[in-house]
Amino acid sequence: MKRQLWLAANSLVVFLLLLVVWQVAVKALHVPAYMLPGPRAVARAVVERFGSLEQSFLLTAEEAVVGLLASIAVGVAVSLMFAQFSLLRRVLYPYTILLQTVPIVAIAPLILMWAGPGLISVAMVAFLICLPPMIANTTQGLVSVEENLVHLFLMHKATPMQVLLQLRLPHALPNLFVGIRISAGIAVIGAITGELFAGSSRVGEGGLGYSILYASGQLETDYLFALVAAAAVLGFVFFFAGMFLEWYFLHNWHEGSRLETQE
Amino acid sequence: MAEVTQVERPVKLAANFPEIAIEGVTKKFREGATALENVSFGVEKGEFVSLLGPSGCGKSTLLKLVAGLSSVTEGTVTVNGMTPKNARELVSFIFQDATLLPWRTVERNVGLGLELERVARPTREETVRQMLKVVGLEKVAKRYPRQLSGGMKMRVSIARALVSRPRILLLDEPFAALDEMSRDRMNEELLRLYLEQQWTVMFVTHSVAEAVFLSTRIVILAPHPGRVAHVEEVRLPWPRTEETRMTEEFEHEVGRISRLLRGVKSGEAREVA
Repeated sequence: MKRQLWLAANSLVVFLLLLVVWQVAVKALHVPAYMLPGPRAVARAVVERFGSLEQSFLLTAEEAVVGLLASIAVGVAVSLMFAQFSLLRRVLYPYTILLQTVPIVAIAPLILMWAGPGLISVAMVAFLICLPPMIANTTQGLVSVEENLVHLFLMHKATPMQVLLQLRLPHALPNLFVGIRISAGIAVIGAITGELFAGSSRVGEGGLGYSILYASGQLETDYLFALVAAAAVLGFVFFFAGMFLEWYFLHNWHEGSRLETQE
Repeated sequence: MAEVTQVERPVKLAANFPEIAIEGVTKKFREGATALENVSFGVEKGEFVSLLGPSGCGKSTLLKLVAGLSSVTEGTVTVNGMTPKNARELVSFIFQDATLLPWRTVERNVGLGLELERVARPTREETVRQMLKVVGLEKVAKRYPRQLSGGMKMRVSIARALVSRPRILLLDEPFAALDEMSRDRMNEELLRLYLEQQWTVMFVTHSVAEAVFLSTRIVILAPHPGRVAHVEEVRLPWPRTEETRMTEEFEHEVGRISRLLRGVKSGEAREVA
């Protein structure tokens, strides 16, 4: 515990040092504020425009959450089907990989065209980017059950449904949470990417991605930095929320998900 | 098929009724390898039969056939006059590793079979409690498998097998992963339960000493393809205890079976017994 506090303190010192160097460099080299604002200018932008920043932050968070939850629901459902019907898996699994290799920026305009601007299309972009890791990880966990465990269930006349829900699904939970952790990180990226295309139905108001585009158009570079920082914070929140859920559900029985600070 | 025997039996037998009958069984795998060829023998009710043989002799495969987890290519396997699949209610299988579900506590692992068979919760919990007492695990009922030693895990696995009150017990090298001390102790415990519950047992092992200590009869299989080389009565009095292992008779039996096994390994025993 002590050691971790010490490490955290060190990271904080490094961060503060960077801010100081940044501030001094901007001042000394007379960099124009529209090219690179100093940290004080960014902080001022955060304080002055906190209302709209918060609004963008919450909107993007909402889109990412909707996309992520949808990808978890659909991903788990598809994986269960894949685990139960191996023919289906063999035929369709390659397409999930294909989905992963298609650049999301290439399909985003299409989705906008079909679904119209707003929360639905942005969440859809986040959903599409989250889906492949969910399916890949969950399916892997569902099908990698030891043969003897399946035999054990069969000896007790377990139905295929019992094997799926009481053996394969719990066995796949660690993998499922790896999927959630990966997807939580990229859900925010997906939502921001979506917003770049499908941002807002009202001028000047939208999520972080939309506002980043708008701020750069207006040369509000200090606010742009504030938005980028907010996006980073949002990504962190998602990632740690995923980690927490994983720990919460698995720490009793799964070695990999126990925090190291327990002893 | 059942041989006349003068050897003292620990469990009174129903007259020559083969509880498990294996007749002319051949098992070929899909890849073409022959695991078992024309294997025949019977296990009478209340017998403890060990399958012994070098790796590749198909002893685990044979056990899976009896459990109905795999099907024969030729021949028949009947368990209590039924097909192995229909006889599953009578049978419990204990695997080489403990095969516990890591997300379930000890008590919920032990109750797994009853849960799958939809036994009502109060009955289930009571049965599990009793069984945990039998194997001496009542103190760790709420623990998860990762918190247990190898021997304790195996005990949980045994408790789980016993909960459904089987008549027939199939064990596939259950103590192979344990150190010798725990292995001996588990063997003594298994024998105690066997005498108490009067099961019919088929036990796969690599260890001659283990087979001699536990069995009424030993079936020695020869490899490539797997076939019966010898069927031997174990000439060792009952009841068997810790002390039995120190006796000359025990040494002698282990020596006798070992020589037969060595003969099989070096390819001398080509004839099917």
